Parts: sequence; structure tokens; C-alpha cells
Amino acid sequence: MQRLVNSIEKGIVIDHIRAGTGVRLFHYLKLDQADFTVVMINNAASLRMGRKDIIKIQNIIDLDYTVIGLIDHNATISVIDGGLIVDKKKLALPQTVRNVIKCKNPRCITASEAQSAHIFHLHDAGARVYRCAYCEDHIQGFEI
Amino acid sequence: MRAKSLISTLDFTVEEQDDILSLAGRIAAAPGDYGHLMGGRIMASLFFEPSTRTRLSFETAMLRLGGQVIGFSESASSSAAKGESLSDTIRTIDKYADLIVIRHPKEGAARVAAENTSMPVINAGDGGREHPTQTLTDLMTIRQAKRRLDNLVIGCAGDLKFGRTIHSLARNIGRYKNVSFIFVSPEELRIPTFLRAHLDAEGIRYEETADMERSIGGMDVLYMTRVQRERFFNEQDYIRLKDVYILDTHKMRLAKPDLAVLHPLPRVNEIAYEIDRDPRALYFEQAGWGLYARMALIAKMLGGAV
Ligand SMILES: [Zn+2]
Repeated sequence: MQRLVNSIEKGIVIDHIRAGTGVRLFHYLKLDQADFTVVMINNAASLRMGRKDIIKIQNIIDLDYTVIGLIDHNATISVIDGGLIVDKKKLALPQTVRNVIKCKNPRCITASEAQSAHIFHLHDAGARVYRCAYCEDHIQGFEI
Repeated sequence: MRAKSLISTLDFTVEEQDDILSLAGRIAAAPGDYGHLMGGRIMASLFFEPSTRTRLSFETAMLRLGGQVIGFSESASSSAAKGESLSDTIRTIDKYADLIVIRHPKEGAARVAAENTSMPVINAGDGGREHPTQTLTDLMTIRQAKRRLDNLVIGCAGDLKFGRTIHSLARNIGRYKNVSFIFVSPEELRIPTFLRAHLDAEGIRYEETADMERSIGGMDVLYMTRVQRERFFNEQDYIRLKDVYILDTHKMRLAKPDLAVLHPLPRVNEIAYEIDRDPRALYFEQAGWGLYARMALIAKMLGGAV
């Protein structure tokens, strides 16, 4: 693992992503639109996790930590500069999520109201359940 | 700061709610004293789906306070029919009125309305999810009948699974001291998991039973609900369940002499007509208390000198 991190001079490494989740995170962070190098590693071997995903971004950019926390709050984030880890970010399940996920309830006003914000509040951290601020329908973390 | 709105049944604290209910009591005692309170004020009554009962209650409330009413009573006649978004409709009305009352078929619509106006918004039902002024009406009726909202055993019977008036009432009145519940329903229509979880988390006592005759004697209030045909996939299930809990003179004989029987109306057959003459039947008085509760709510929201 050290080798992979070391191969970045300056950038951000999102490590310990639950295997199979990396691609979704990649898209939510809009890394497919990046004009710098981004490496997506699926199913890397991990002593702690068995299998994991890793995203290596060869640039220091502002990441949406709410989105990362929402999708996988056990992922780790290291900011690398000059080949050294200069910062580590701690993630948590966000209390409120704005305009990231959409309500799945067809009777919800946000389904038909184009300009409406999509707001969710954390309802049950243990089960990773979020609740729509409008219809109060529940969304389970694994659906995100 | 935005004006306080009533979107969800728990938006008001117990103190704020008691304040509204006691004003409603004072209005009921001397309605004439409040006939000019809202003079010069305009209420926008926006009914994107028809609900005659609720609309008439709100509009009468504003008129009896000396205010005026604009609005529409079905979305076919409104700009929504021409494809205008709810937020645009609200932003337009924002310039016309002092208070919005909204009924809308979509869940969460009242919250979207409140986000797009500086006026206070009252949710008159959105998608059948929340209907906080129905709860306010129920509380007002109980308060008038029992002279208190604490130390009560509240029975709820019928469709407890889908009956949202029950869910709102239980969450709301459960905030008062020493209130407990007896939920009477067939197995298929028991209270939903979220309500059970809420009551457990708040430490509110309740029991669930299928036996009305055994449990009615312990109740101070009995809230009856209708078993709705559209909830059932199989017609046979509906037919089997709709008559399980019909309140009749036999069951009323087993009840306390000062029981208060409530029902959100309309009823189908779950309360026998013979009960209407029983002084414990309060469901027709409920509509009257609903009017006073709405008058008090409007007055409080618009900051009338009361
Ligand atoms: Zn929703």
C-alpha cells in the first residue's frame, strides 16, 4: 500500500473504500470530469478489509466530504504533498445531506417540483438511515 | 426571521399549543369579541386538491375574525394546471396575502410552500401524510370534554396502520404527562413500526389488543377511525375487517359514563347511528371545536392583539 501512496507526489488518496463502492463514489465526486490524472483501483487486497477500493487523485482539490461520508464513512483520506502525507481527514456520517441524493417516494413533492432542494437528515446513524426533509420517507445507506 | 408556520404536528411546543387552545376556548366563549381581530388581513386559501370540509372550516375561521379570503378550491382552476411549479405559485401569492393555508396532493408540499414565502404557512393536509389542524381539532375537543390533556387513557380503534390522524394524535398528545394508549385493532391493522418505535423511545405507555369489549371500560377517550376500502388488495379482507369494530349501545354500556367518543368523519358504519344521541358522542361537536381552534391558530400566527 505504501508503494501506491508514494507514487503520488501531490494529491489526495481515498483509501479503505468498501469494495464495490469506489465507482459510485468516483461518479458522485464527478471525477469522471477531471482534467488531471485520477486512478480508480477496484478490489485491491487489504489485510484489514479483505478487499477494498482506492481512488488516487493527482491534484489537491476541494472534495465534497459530505458525499464521501455519506457513501462510506469508513474510508480514509490522505492529502499528499511532496510525497508526504500532510493531512488526514476524519469522516463521519453527515447530519444533513443537501442535493446529493434524491427521494425515491413518487408521492414526494421533490419528485415533481423541479427547483426544489433535495434535503435529507440523518435519522439512525447505526443503520445509516436518512429521512427526506419533505415527505419523511426513509432511505437506507446502502441504497445511496 | 421567517414567520412561524405549522407544517407538522410537532412544530409547536406543548406551551405554544396550549396557548392556542386556551385562546380557542376564550373565542368559543365570546366569539363576538373577536369579530374584527383580523380586519384588513387576507388569507390565501390554496386547495390544490378538493377538501370541502377543511376548506370551509379555514375560510369560515378567517371570515369570523373579520379577515378576508382569496384562493382556489381545486388545482384545475389554478395555475398549477397550466404547469406552473408550486414554488412559483407561492412566490406570486407572497405579494397578495398575509397567511397561506395550503392543501396539496404531494407529500411535503407545505414545506416547499413555507420555503418560498415570508408569510406563515398552515398545512391543511399534504398527501395524507400530515394534517396538523385535524390534530389541533382533536386536542381541542378532548380538552373541552375532559378539561385537561394530561392524565388520560386514550383508546384508538379501527385502522391503526394507515389511520394517520391516529399517528399524529398519538405523537402529539403523548407529550402530555401521564397519557397512555390502548390500541384496538385486528392483527392486520395494528399500529405501524415507526409509531411503536416513537412511543417506546419517548417512554409513552400503550397496550395493543384486539378485544374492544374488554378494553373499552378503561378508556377516557375513544378515537374511532374508518377502515378504508382502498387500502385492501382483496375485497374479502376489507369486508371481513370493516365490521370488526362497530361501536354500538352494547359496547357503550361497558364504557365509562364520561367517555369522549371522537371520529374524524366522515363515518361509514363504524359508529352505529343510535350512538349519535349518546351525550358521550362528540364527533359532530368536533367540527365546531375545529373552527375555534383554527380561529385561534390564525390569530396567533398573524399576531393579533389577543
Ligand atoms: Zn421525499
